[in-house]
Amino acid sequence: MSVGHWTRDLGLGVRFAFTGGREGWGRVLLTAVGVGLGVALLLLTTAIPSALAARGERESARTNIMYVDKQMPKADNTLIVASVSTTFREDELRGRELEPEGVRAPLPPGIDRFPAVGEMFVSPALERLLESGDGKLLRERLSDRIVGTIGDNGLVGPAELAFYQGGEGLADRFAGGTVTRINQFGDLHPSSEGMDPVLLLLTLVVFVVLLMPVGVFIATAVRFGGERRDRRLAALRLVGADGMMTRRIAAGEAFAGAAVGLVFGTVFFLIGRQAAGYVAVFDMSVFPSDLNPAPALAVLVAVAVPLAAVLVTLFALRGVVIEPLGVVRTARPPRRRLWWRLLLPLGGVAALSPMIGQGNDAGQFNDFLVIAGVSLLLIGVTALLPWVVEAVVARLDSGGLSWQLAVRRLQLSSGTAARMVNGIAVAVAGAIALQMFFSGVAGAYETPTKENLDRAQMEVSIPDNVPLVRASQELARTEGVRKVTVLSYGSVGEKAKSPEKYVELTIGDCAALREVGRLPSCRDGDVFTVRGVEYATEAPRLVKPGRKLWVSPGYSQSVRPAVAWTVPAGVQPAGTREDPSGIERGGVLATPGALPEEVVARAAGRIFIGLDPQVADARDLVRNTAARIDPLTDPATWTATKRVRQFDSIRTGLFVGATCVLLLIGVSLLVSQLEQLRERRKLLSSLVAFGTRRRTLSLSVLWQTVIPIGLGLLLSSGVGLTLGVVLLKMTNRSFGIDWAAVLTMTGIGAGVALLVTVLSLPPLLRLMRPDGLRTE
Amino acid sequence: MTGPMTAPPGSLLVASRLRKAYGPTNALDGAEFSIHPGEVVAVMGPSGSGKSTLLHCLAGIVPPDSGSITYNGREMAGMSDAQRSQLRRTEFGFVFQFGQLVPELTCVENVALPLRLNGSSRKEAERTALSWMERLEVDDLRGKRPGEVSGGQGQRVAVARALVTGPRVLFADEPTGALDSLNGERVMELLTEAARSTNAAVVLVTHEARVAAYSDREIVVRDGKSRDMERVI
Amino acid sequence: MSIGHTLLGLLESGPRHGYDLKRAFDEKFGQDRPLHYGQVYSTMSRLLKNGLVAVDGIEAGEGPERKRYAITDAGITDVQQWLATPEKPEPYLQSTLYIKVVLALLTHRDAGDILDTQRSEHLRMMRILTDRKRKGDLADQLICDHALFHLEADLRWLELTAARLDKLALAVTSR
Repeated sequence: MSVGHWTRDLGLGVRFAFTGGREGWGRVLLTAVGVGLGVALLLLTTAIPSALAARGERESARTNIMYVDKQMPKADNTLIVASVSTTFREDELRGRELEPEGVRAPLPPGIDRFPAVGEMFVSPALERLLESGDGKLLRERLSDRIVGTIGDNGLVGPAELAFYQGGEGLADRFAGGTVTRINQFGDLHPSSEGMDPVLLLLTLVVFVVLLMPVGVFIATAVRFGGERRDRRLAALRLVGADGMMTRRIAAGEAFAGAAVGLVFGTVFFLIGRQAAGYVAVFDMSVFPSDLNPAPALAVLVAVAVPLAAVLVTLFALRGVVIEPLGVVRTARPPRRRLWWRLLLPLGGVAALSPMIGQGNDAGQFNDFLVIAGVSLLLIGVTALLPWVVEAVVARLDSGGLSWQLAVRRLQLSSGTAARMVNGIAVAVAGAIALQMFFSGVAGAYETPTKENLDRAQMEVSIPDNVPLVRASQELARTEGVRKVTVLSYGSVGEKAKSPEKYVELTIGDCAALREVGRLPSCRDGDVFTVRGVEYATEAPRLVKPGRKLWVSPGYSQSVRPAVAWTVPAGVQPAGTREDPSGIERGGVLATPGALPEEVVARAAGRIFIGLDPQVADARDLVRNTAARIDPLTDPATWTATKRVRQFDSIRTGLFVGATCVLLLIGVSLLVSQLEQLRERRKLLSSLVAFGTRRRTLSLSVLWQTVIPIGLGLLLSSGVGLTLGVVLLKMTNRSFGIDWAAVLTMTGIGAGVALLVTVLSLPPLLRLMRPDGLRTE
Repeated sequence: MTGPMTAPPGSLLVASRLRKAYGPTNALDGAEFSIHPGEVVAVMGPSGSGKSTLLHCLAGIVPPDSGSITYNGREMAGMSDAQRSQLRRTEFGFVFQFGQLVPELTCVENVALPLRLNGSSRKEAERTALSWMERLEVDDLRGKRPGEVSGGQGQRVAVARALVTGPRVLFADEPTGALDSLNGERVMELLTEAARSTNAAVVLVTHEARVAAYSDREIVVRDGKSRDMERVI
Repeated sequence: MSIGHTLLGLLESGPRHGYDLKRAFDEKFGQDRPLHYGQVYSTMSRLLKNGLVAVDGIEAGEGPERKRYAITDAGITDVQQWLATPEKPEPYLQSTLYIKVVLALLTHRDAGDILDTQRSEHLRMMRILTDRKRKGDLADQLICDHALFHLEADLRWLELTAARLDKLALAVTSR
């Protein structure tokens, strides 16, 4: 077989594809759109690493280290930065207060001068939010005059909400995590440690799981319009082309479609890239300029897709004999054999099994084996499905007429049916495995908090320079607040400086103290010692009436000397109770009247807030009040669990990807379905002529989709669960079958199938009109 | 011809003043028709004259734009689509030129199809189907798919299917159009014999005189108008 | 049809009486028109005179039916020659129907009516032949088919003419 023959016949095929009149063009267009969608998704995937890298770079360039052992001295190149990040509804806002201390103070990326006090720079997304009616409540909190917008180089994504405010007097308020002095922006020691191996494994699997169905989809797309093409090929045989030539010509046609598909794909990708600037998926948004496919990967896509189109066509024509007078599918295709189909998934498990247990001690996984193993398992689904469909359908029999029509059709062409659902099966298998992996791994990354949401929903920390009483009164007055519990903390020691023995001190009024201990009775002036807390058994021994002790209020800002305190008479024992944040406090509980006034006034405190569920914006109203009390105060909103953010974005990526892929496959399903129906136009009309009910035919079309999809989902659940178990074993997690995940994913898969059937019904009903009987 | 004829008494299916247009072309333009039980009527005429449209209207597949069709005394215009479908299922049988056998069903399942549409059990339907296949001498094809049998055999299977419900009217649209003359004649012989033995009326659309010769009388359709030759002479 | 050659051909299988000859003829070929005894007698005497047959024997009694005829070598040659000579195809150039149609057009009568009536008449004949063919044996079927095909040919011409009546009218009247 010479290269000359190949190029000549492929070229001929390409020419036929474009000169085939309207029908030929339609076919090329159909293939091209299908391939184009797949290619766009592939390009997007290859661009994601670079997009993430670009985000990471900008993120790192604006970082300021908040935790230092010792503040650097003031100089003409220093700047004090305070984190004033806040939350509005569900969105998080990155905020910094900036107070330059000299002319050479470093500017953060994205702004060209420092905002003065009362001024702020905002990101474009935040500016839009503040100007909209929605943002009115937020504007009360961020009331500074907007003097400019933050440039793209200072933002990680176009939808990021960020602001820089001018600050003053921050030098008095140094504190770890919120206020610090810096002389440059940027991460000085970018972490060189790689991703957590488990997270890396997850990312790899997500990519494989999303790309496999795209591959299956492209393979389906190049077969669009196959039946009509067969007729054209037969005509070519009639004028003297030999069997091999027609195959090459067919491959050439597919090549043409794939090539146009590449162009379409590039265009779709560029459109998608621009559109990406306008959408934020959950918390992620990317600048179009960040989405640059890695050149090597892009070239790979450009070469692999047309090549795959040629190979798939040749493979598809292997069981077909093209005769001059028509195409004959070998009457009885060779029985599908099971053994080599089983080899694929077994090979996949074999590739993954050596890595079982490695995740426990942070051992690295072998990237190649992971990709190979997961791919083999998923390809196993596409290899096994035709066999399963054939084997099961051959055994189906009795049933109603619509059932019989569907079953007989499936028996005659089970391969077509299996091909149609292959994509969905692969996507569902992958998604089930991932879902299961997620819920298994979640234990490590999703830490349940002890916060008791029934008792309070928010918590505000009040620094010691703000009077606690005034703050609590303002918060209590805020609309939407139902209950306020004010507690302040400190410790009681046996001597003024570095005591060896000391116990915790919790200060609050009687109602507040009842939230942290079981008190026998209480009025102002009472002191209690808590019994029954394991780690704090000192209290009853240390706190004796009349004894002189030293009280250190818990300060947030600086260290101040302890205050002398004589323990009053009548110290009562109290039982323990978890406070609203889920912590058991031991030591001493004291009402304000029992302590020196100085201590009570200066103690930093925490206010637990119970909200009125009827007030929709209660949380933001509280945040507004807190910001008014002190801009550096960030009220925490309680949740039942806390999740690692990196993990969050992988999960988000999976959901978005799986949805896109399933919709894409839905499109190809619909196209093949409609194509099949058009082929049977005459038959449908004659069936209607002798009185077949439309319902019978519609039902048979439904069965025709439901049977292979049901089998596909069954098989993919099995493979997905297997893969999930293997992945969990690899990371040494215990596993349980996540039925919710299985049901969700199979449900989505089945939903797509049903949607396709429903969408193909109107054309079916139209085809059943008697017009199809007219031949003239 | 002037004005509609009054249908002769005892007619089973009568149509008068049928009009049907497909776009700008008048497929039927005042056609008349009537048929008795047990009668075989050939509908002849050049291609494009409206023969098939007449058959589609008579069988209730396509509603005419105007005119009336009565079957067994019932006006078809007053029937719903579902009622007309039921009529076709129970009272009528159909044979077309090609493309009518369901390729994925076996021959006996194809013949049994109309009975199953009427709600018969599969076993019973296939037993009746087989007896009709015997009459049309194709019972040895029962397990074969339509793709595996010859054109003549397939057409006989189609005739068996058209007759299996014991229809009172059999509509045949160029039933031998795709067959050679020997096979065509055999199909016509079996078809007319079977129809006569069950006293079914046959509406036979054909452009071949030798097929029309199996009829009792012919009507000619030209430019959408029909002529009943027996009553003209 | 040549009765002489036919009778000669029948004699080739063996000598026969005149009566047997008539019976064999009627059975095989004379479905519509049986032979008269006189025809057999006159034909046989002509063949005898030409030396194509010979009298093989005479039974007691009067009449030609008593004679047994046998074919001579010359007769066999004659039959051979006749079978080998193709029949001259009918040119069918003279058609009464065509004349009728043209006349109708010239006199502004409805030529379509004439064609329809003729079709009906042809079909009537075809129905009779089809019916007979159905009930008859293979010989009947072949003979009827011969007739049916001819009638069908007429009908095809008729349909063609019907489709071209307008053109024909123009051609006829403008001349």
